[in-house]
Amino acid sequence: MRVALIETALDPWQAVQTHQRCLTPGSYGATALFVGTMRDFNEGSGVSELFLEHYPGMTERHLVQVAEEAQARWTLIDVLIEHRVGTVYPDDPIVVTAAWSAHRKDAFEACRFLMEALKSRAPFWKRETTEQGSRWVERNTAGY
Amino acid sequence: MAVTVRFFASLRERLGRDEVQVEASTAEQAWQLASGEASLPANVLVAVNMAYVDPAQALEEGDEVAFFPPVTGG
Repeated sequence: MRVALIETALDPWQAVQTHQRCLTPGSYGATALFVGTMRDFNEGSGVSELFLEHYPGMTERHLVQVAEEAQARWTLIDVLIEHRVGTVYPDDPIVVTAAWSAHRKDAFEACRFLMEALKSRAPFWKRETTEQGSRWVERNTAGY
Repeated sequence: MAVTVRFFASLRERLGRDEVQVEASTAEQAWQLASGEASLPANVLVAVNMAYVDPAQALEEGDEVAFFPPVTGG
């Protein structure tokens, strides 16, 4: 399992590739991944910048819990979560979740779970900068 | 119990405070003393020692009690 908060640029493709190299070749038949990228719009306004605040310690703890819960619910070879903190700009990757399993069902379902669970539990908060100034994002959109 | 209360994100900005030391026996009472507001807003989340709890949770000496708005990561 790898869980990390990233303070500089996040390269999700590199993160998945690097982690997959640590897995036993031939053991996994399915890799599912989700990448969340910053949009340049939200709720009708243009967004030029996003600040990601978190609760150091609690955030990492909840990401680990989410990863452990996925491993308990599905038959997985491994999981990965990397999430940005600090200031991000449009088109910057914000988060990557990935799950490896023998067959696709477990990988697909676990990858979706990792993302939905972290969005609902991990203490991160987004403050976005628009033409009208900066504002806190009050809630996430529904995932299911 | 002497506890440390922390506020995050929009709640920290609205209250104009980051971290406060108070003497409280429940998380709800810690909210009242640290925020100066009588009731805990319905959407505010509560964590004690970095685990989500019910606001009625009894506190222990040295606990870290955190209050924050709905989370918006991902």
